Amino acid sequence: MGWESWVISTFARALAYGTPLLLGTLGEIFAERSGVLNLGIEGMMIMGAYSAFVVTYTTGHPWLGILVAAVVGGAFSLIHAFATVTLKANQVVSGLALTMLGLGLSGVLGRSWVGLPLFTTLRNVTVPGLSAIPIIGPGLFTRQNLLVYITMLLVPILWYILFHTRIGITIRAVGEDPAAADSLGVNVDRVRYLCVVVGGVFAGIAGAYLSVAYRPAWTEGMTGGMGWIVIALTIFAFWNPVYGLLGSYLFAALYHLSYRLQTWVSPELLKAMPYVFAIIILIFVSRGTLQKRMGSPAALGVPYTRGEE
Amino acid sequence: MQAPKWLNIERRPIPSGRTIFTVSILAIVAALIVMAIFFAAYGVSPARAYGAILHGALGNWRGFSETLRRMIPLLLCGVGLTVAFRAQFWNIGADGQLLFGAMAATWVALFSGLQGPLVIPVMFLAGFVAGALWGLIPAVLKVKMGINDVITTLMMNYIAMYVALFLIHGPWKGPSVRGYPLTDIFPPAARIPTIGDTHVHWPTLVLGLVLAIVAYIMLNRTRSGFEIKVVGENPHAARFAGMSELKTVVIAMLISGGLAGLAGVGEVAGVQLRLLDPNQISMGYGYTAIIVAWLARKNPLGVIITAFFFGVLMAGGDVIKVNLGLPFQLINVFNGVIMFFLIGSEIFMRYRIALRRA
Amino acid sequence: MASDGVNLSVRKGEIHCLLGENGAGKTTLMRILYGLYQPDEGEIVLNGNPVHISSPRAALSYHIGMVHQHFRLVPTLSVAENVVLGLDEGTGPFLNYRQTGKKISQIADKYGLVVDPQAKVWQLTVGQQQRVEILKALYREADILIMDEPTSVLTPQEVDQLFSTLRTLVDDGLTIIFITHKLDEVMEISDRVTILRKGKAIATVNTADTNKPQLAELMVGREVVFRLEKNEVNRGEGLLVVDDLHALNDRGLPALRGTSFDLHEGEILGVAGVSGNGQRELAEVLTGLRHASRGHVTLAGEDVTNRSAREIADASVAYVPMERKKMGTVPNMTIRENLILKSYRQRPFSHGMFLDNNAAGENARRAMSEYQIMAPSIDTAVKVLSGGNIQRVVLARELSGDPRLIIAAHPTYGLDVGATEQVRQILLAQRDRGAGVLLISEDLEEVMSMSDRIMVLFGGEVMGIVDAGGAKIEEIGLMMAGERKEGVESASAKVA
Repeated sequence: MGWESWVISTFARALAYGTPLLLGTLGEIFAERSGVLNLGIEGMMIMGAYSAFVVTYTTGHPWLGILVAAVVGGAFSLIHAFATVTLKANQVVSGLALTMLGLGLSGVLGRSWVGLPLFTTLRNVTVPGLSAIPIIGPGLFTRQNLLVYITMLLVPILWYILFHTRIGITIRAVGEDPAAADSLGVNVDRVRYLCVVVGGVFAGIAGAYLSVAYRPAWTEGMTGGMGWIVIALTIFAFWNPVYGLLGSYLFAALYHLSYRLQTWVSPELLKAMPYVFAIIILIFVSRGTLQKRMGSPAALGVPYTRGEE
Repeated sequence: MQAPKWLNIERRPIPSGRTIFTVSILAIVAALIVMAIFFAAYGVSPARAYGAILHGALGNWRGFSETLRRMIPLLLCGVGLTVAFRAQFWNIGADGQLLFGAMAATWVALFSGLQGPLVIPVMFLAGFVAGALWGLIPAVLKVKMGINDVITTLMMNYIAMYVALFLIHGPWKGPSVRGYPLTDIFPPAARIPTIGDTHVHWPTLVLGLVLAIVAYIMLNRTRSGFEIKVVGENPHAARFAGMSELKTVVIAMLISGGLAGLAGVGEVAGVQLRLLDPNQISMGYGYTAIIVAWLARKNPLGVIITAFFFGVLMAGGDVIKVNLGLPFQLINVFNGVIMFFLIGSEIFMRYRIALRRA
Repeated sequence: MASDGVNLSVRKGEIHCLLGENGAGKTTLMRILYGLYQPDEGEIVLNGNPVHISSPRAALSYHIGMVHQHFRLVPTLSVAENVVLGLDEGTGPFLNYRQTGKKISQIADKYGLVVDPQAKVWQLTVGQQQRVEILKALYREADILIMDEPTSVLTPQEVDQLFSTLRTLVDDGLTIIFITHKLDEVMEISDRVTILRKGKAIATVNTADTNKPQLAELMVGREVVFRLEKNEVNRGEGLLVVDDLHALNDRGLPALRGTSFDLHEGEILGVAGVSGNGQRELAEVLTGLRHASRGHVTLAGEDVTNRSAREIADASVAYVPMERKKMGTVPNMTIRENLILKSYRQRPFSHGMFLDNNAAGENARRAMSEYQIMAPSIDTAVKVLSGGNIQRVVLARELSGDPRLIIAAHPTYGLDVGATEQVRQILLAQRDRGAGVLLISEDLEEVMSMSDRIMVLFGGEVMGIVDAGGAKIEEIGLMMAGERKEGVESASAKVA
């Protein structure tokens, strides 16, 4: 029965590690769909991790910590939105600045919290019924914390919102052709603000998950570049929440397996895969019709000013 | 931008040199003030903290050598970035290009079989080529396929990092280091001479200064430099003038990547003397260099000053950590803050804001 | 003044055409009606009530819809999504695809607009995309539909389909305002037509009571054209021969459909026509900035078809483009640098790979005095200069080196009186020197007074070439509006 337990543990680990990736990716998908590139995710994530840890440690309520992390992430992203949408500043610089700020600030503020143990974390939950399904049950639905399941449920909801609701159409229009949307009375700025803040909120929650559930502790820089992986995963997901789920869990599984697979593939090269694939996908969708079908939002990264045609 | 009724916002046609300079200084000052607040929050008087930084980074030889050591890669990367930015190519990948330069130098030092006085020049050459090629790929992708340069250069940073990790964990792991992920130490012929027992590998520094001047001359006095500026400022006019956008951007990125590669050679053959964990080598120099280049207003000569300034800052960060118990991460905070003030200052340069007289 | 005391009255249930050439004020008027501009004076009265239209949303609330010349569609979204975009219906945030699709199909069937609501817009033909634009307006219950040059992007069959759609709409009680410069269309589709010229409404007539020559005359006027003092033309050798040129525009539609003409040394050939009929694409093909899919361009006996921009510039061809800031100069760079934009590779401006800034400076000083460029110094950035001075910089650069062929596109556009005069004199001087000048301009007076011969482009074809001396403005007006000169064959009738 060896391989079964191996598969089950892989599923379980994939879910655990994939959840923060997925949260971050979902948020970034929304931001980029509206046309704003947010390179500040890493900073927002780590600030989320820090604030969640502090709040949880002092109050003993992990969900409160997650909530505060969401607010912190959102506040950070508000800065990014203000700089890039209202002031029309360069999105790259603003994002990088926020990452540096987030890393620095969390490192500075978090110094006295390093190494403190966290006893109150999220409880593990087992889904009744579903957990009885062979292999998948124990792998996916047993003893994961609630946030994992919430994130899974978010995927179809966000997918539906993006592709089947009025607000989703508006977001996609703003990211593809803000001039057209503007001429139809859409408030481009407001939509972009909303999406960037959503991205920040999700990034904050992702960070919170890390410090409160995944590895309940606080260390400087504990996000370890997860924000950059999210940027790659957003491309890998073709800006679609459903593929985002697949990509996040797949990458998490590979990450977990990388040491087991050592004899065949070097773990470092395996970890480089999301970045390589992101570039390959970008090349793939740069051609003509593929660009339109599945490519990046056409206005991504470009500040919008009315009247500039 | 919809202006509130009580503000009069009008576009400045073109900011004078004086305005640019003043606004940049103001941004730095504002950032320094914010840092002062942080110092105070830690119970350390800002005057004492800044005094310690200045004294530690400039006031004694040990500290000054650390400043110079930090300045070298910032200078090389920064100059390279000014060239890329002038062509409107957003090279966020200097870290990765630096790493490739480091890896190429490591190969020359440990695995090429080369001996003698040729080793160091060949390392520099190999490092330049490796960094240049790593920078070439995103350039071609952008011009030929319209793929976003920010994302590709960013991704390639991480690919470079993992390639380096792979090498030090695997084929290049030094037999003499007992299982640690490091290469062997470089043989003496492959070590760049340093001043005394400091980390200041002065040939690289000289190289950096010379290349800053060369880059300045190139941008302002050669045909290629002219083409880079035109392609960057107005690609339509460049086409109209018969310039090849592809060729121009490629040249700019070969230079930018190559210079970052040289920085990598310096770090690995001048400071660390072996290839180790990529984060220890690149130390985010590639990202800091973005601020360095921008603050210098994309002028290679200005980079000499701004690279020095940030060298002081980074050396100062060590000082305040050791002497005053303040966290090194404050430097990152400073970097973030100053970037924001620079963004804000761009707005002030573009618009003249005054209170509207009713 | 884009609109000067325009009075327009449109009856319900009619197709009313607005006819005029460029700059006549049609687009401005329509933008006012659609809420994109606000009038300084005057009022709009709708169904007997004065209304204030402050934005497109307001226009829609008054049931005024507009189909723009350049569609406002998001290519990656579906038809249904585009139709619904921007609407704040009361049905909440969720899009009921089936219901929306059904309603769209209902409207479509009613008016014969065949379109699949689920199709992505980028997959549709231009004609189909236009139908989506119309559907957008109809979905929002527009009963006045403004159409801005709708046939400029359609094939003849699609035009027929559009017209039958419009007739169905009108039968159902809608009112259509149709902006055009093509007489054929006016005669075919409209009930009444208002002619605009230079911002004024000249006349409103019943279509049934008028004819094309009359309309053309109203469109361009009968006043005596201001004649410039110029020397007799000294037509020299054949310089440029353009044969059966075909090219696509930026949207992939045919812009040049078999253009043929020739140009001699020492003459000015004016290209008249409403903009959008291929003039821009012609200039770009001739200067190596656009690919010609068929046909030949011969310069002084040499075939230069599809040569690169650099080669053509090296062949002594000068181009004064219409977009001074976007294409003709690098606004952030200095006068000194802009003046060597094309010649920087040659001596004396560069030796090997190094630029000679002193030589460039000398050149700049000379150009500034010769062309009276007003600027603080040769190192002033071009973008702070006035339009007239920017054009002087462009001319100084392009005309240095005594080019054989000069292509000037709208050279006096946006310039003040003094600069305009100077530019015209410069071009005339070039022509006297023996250069061949292709003058593209929307200003009919300018074309008529400066040219030695006049060619009219319409729909990417040459409608006719006449001698400027004896040309009558009505004749040219007719050609500009789509009427071929007698004896001129349709190029598309010549099958390869």
